[in-house]
Amino acid sequence: MTTESTALTTEHSPVASLPHDAHGGISNVVLGMILFITSEVMFFAGLFAAYFSVRANATSWPPINPETNEAFHLAILPLVGPATVLLILSSFTCQFAIWAIRRGDRTAFLRNIGVTFVIGVVFLTMQVIDYALLASEGITLSAGTFGTTYYTLTGFHGAHVFAGVVMLGVVLYRGMAGQFSAKHHDAVEATSLYWHFVDVVWILLFSLLYLLPGKG
Amino acid sequence: MATTALHPAAPAYRSTLYDWVTTTDHKKIGIMYVINSFLFFFIGGLLALGVRVELAQPGLQFVTDQTYNEIFTMHATFMIFLFVIPMLAGFGNYIVPLQIGAPDMAFPRINALSLWMLPLAGILLLLSFVTGGAAAAGWTSYSPLAQDRVGQAVNAGAGTGQDLWIVALVLIGTSSILGAVNFLVTIFKMRAPGMTLFRMPIMTWTVLVTSVLVLMATPVITSALIMLFIDRNYGGAFFDPANGGDAILYQNIFWFYSHPAVYVMILPAMGMISEILPVFSRKPLFGYKAFVFATAGIGALGFSVWAHHMFTTGAVYLPFFSLMTFLIAIPTGVKMFNWIFTLWRGQLTLSTPLLFALGFLSMFLIGGINGAFSASVPVDFAIHDTYWVVSHIHYVLFGGSVFGIMGGLYYWFPKMTGRMLGEGLGKIQFVLMFIGFNLTFFPMHELGLSGMPRRIADYAATAGWNDLNLAATVGGFVIAASMLPLLWNIFVSLRSGKPAGDDPWEGNTLEWATSSPPPPYNFDRLPEIRSERPVFDVRHGQAQGGAVQLPAGH
Repeated sequence: MTTESTALTTEHSPVASLPHDAHGGISNVVLGMILFITSEVMFFAGLFAAYFSVRANATSWPPINPETNEAFHLAILPLVGPATVLLILSSFTCQFAIWAIRRGDRTAFLRNIGVTFVIGVVFLTMQVIDYALLASEGITLSAGTFGTTYYTLTGFHGAHVFAGVVMLGVVLYRGMAGQFSAKHHDAVEATSLYWHFVDVVWILLFSLLYLLPGKG
Repeated sequence: MATTALHPAAPAYRSTLYDWVTTTDHKKIGIMYVINSFLFFFIGGLLALGVRVELAQPGLQFVTDQTYNEIFTMHATFMIFLFVIPMLAGFGNYIVPLQIGAPDMAFPRINALSLWMLPLAGILLLLSFVTGGAAAAGWTSYSPLAQDRVGQAVNAGAGTGQDLWIVALVLIGTSSILGAVNFLVTIFKMRAPGMTLFRMPIMTWTVLVTSVLVLMATPVITSALIMLFIDRNYGGAFFDPANGGDAILYQNIFWFYSHPAVYVMILPAMGMISEILPVFSRKPLFGYKAFVFATAGIGALGFSVWAHHMFTTGAVYLPFFSLMTFLIAIPTGVKMFNWIFTLWRGQLTLSTPLLFALGFLSMFLIGGINGAFSASVPVDFAIHDTYWVVSHIHYVLFGGSVFGIMGGLYYWFPKMTGRMLGEGLGKIQFVLMFIGFNLTFFPMHELGLSGMPRRIADYAATAGWNDLNLAATVGGFVIAASMLPLLWNIFVSLRSGKPAGDDPWEGNTLEWATSSPPPPYNFDRLPEIRSERPVFDVRHGQAQGGAVQLPAGH
């Protein structure tokens, strides 16, 4: 009897099958992801606060690049603008995937998740190329507050895109293995929430870094 | 019949090392949290003795200035980040699922991940002692003290120790955030039938509010640490005024986390004594809902007071932060009345858990009052960065949190192990700790008022601080001595302690409705939950024990 008892896990609990989670529709995984995203929002809030603080302290923004004696300049074309459009599109394809799997349409689900995944990879590639271009223009992480804030903010966003791509990859793999259905797809819902969050952060970052008028 | 096999008979303690290392059982994880935290408590305590030994007399007797800086920095780091915060998370891990009638946490594997990040971070911090010196810029690691920029003079923060410190803190923060997500989902989604939010035990409530604080505040310090890391290693300019950065910015972001963090360190301890006081007074907690709202109030206000650590920077709006800080006293005062009127006319049983809870009440009261002094801007300008502040932090963190943790340990040890801790040794420990604590930290009020700055390794023999410093050092050794009866008590109890039975204290909450220690799946059956004291209800005939039927097939 003793050995039998120790072998038991929570799944064998007589109370495990009781309606512990009968408090509403949201699943543990999705709630957990929403809470995690809350903490991510606070993380980016810290970085954004630093950006605003540094920018408010500066006499002019963008500041003067000491090496060229011209103000730093970030170009929307050729890379960042298209990358932004692509990332926003990927939120749509991600949502189409969700709607598809909720209907039980696995083909459309896989197609849309696949497109989202590819766009994520393309976005990261474009970001790397853009970094190389900027570095060649003298905008580096150590080039004063401008370079530091630019690379920290976009770099951590990029890291989150990478995490999202990994999650999409797992979802794609599991989806191709047929693990998701109209009823069981919590991982897809959670991943899509995360992907939307990453997208929203980018829209804010893009507005801040590329659209907000400078001062001085 | 299958039911017999389910009966909770096997103690969890017969498992092998492998089982413990790979476990996802919240009870084993909780116990490992507690053990890990105690290890770092003792390391942090030894470092504290180092501080006290150096300060016992004027002059530099034992360490250099640099070593002294490392010692007090690492003392605070271990005590805050690897003792108090994880210790409370550990108790929460063990107790919360039991108190809400759940079989485990919502995400057991993430729970194990949260645990194992902690010893890893601790090892990184310890390694810094042998890789060129530990972090030495204080646990706050202000810029420019913690900076290490190329071309500038070497200062306190130079060296890999500061970088290891940053990495370790990011790890601990991530562990806390994942733990908070886990607690919140567990509490919102895994409560047993009948366990409404306002029937939850107070300990669970405080863990809930604490988790919200961790979730919202900890990522902010992660951002500050990462910016500091970029400044130090990649030539960043966030906190470097010479390069357009802002040193005060670090303080703002740091305290935006670190003030809520003090509530992370006290709220669960308040929850613990709020479990202990009713049980040992034989009364329900006075003003349950008021306590819950006061807890939530402290949590909410906690986000609006961070700059009271920065009054003297001249860069913060003093009236606002002073007012908000004073406001914190209101919900805290509400709790004081909750506790006092719970004790009032109760049938007190002066067991060790209650003694520690009373120690918490009295010492935390002093810590609250001397904190209110610092909330007043003119007073704070006089006592800022003196030993008054050191005294305040220890009256709330040691007099508050540590006394609460000790009370909780004596209270829940029987549930965790199935054995009682000895009352005699417990009382010896309490008396020693209480005397040692006050002998150490009460004189620091006077030291602070007479102008002794914190974080100094040496002071003038003519400053008039000699006697009080010596008293504090003696007190420090008394505190250290009070740990010996505790360790002996645990050792003896595990070998041959009195069996506890399911419910040795006649408790109120669900953890006392299962065996000691509970089976891996926690409950055979749950009593009917009609109030915040379901086990009391069963004992006194107000509810059916085991009213929940086993599912078909068992």
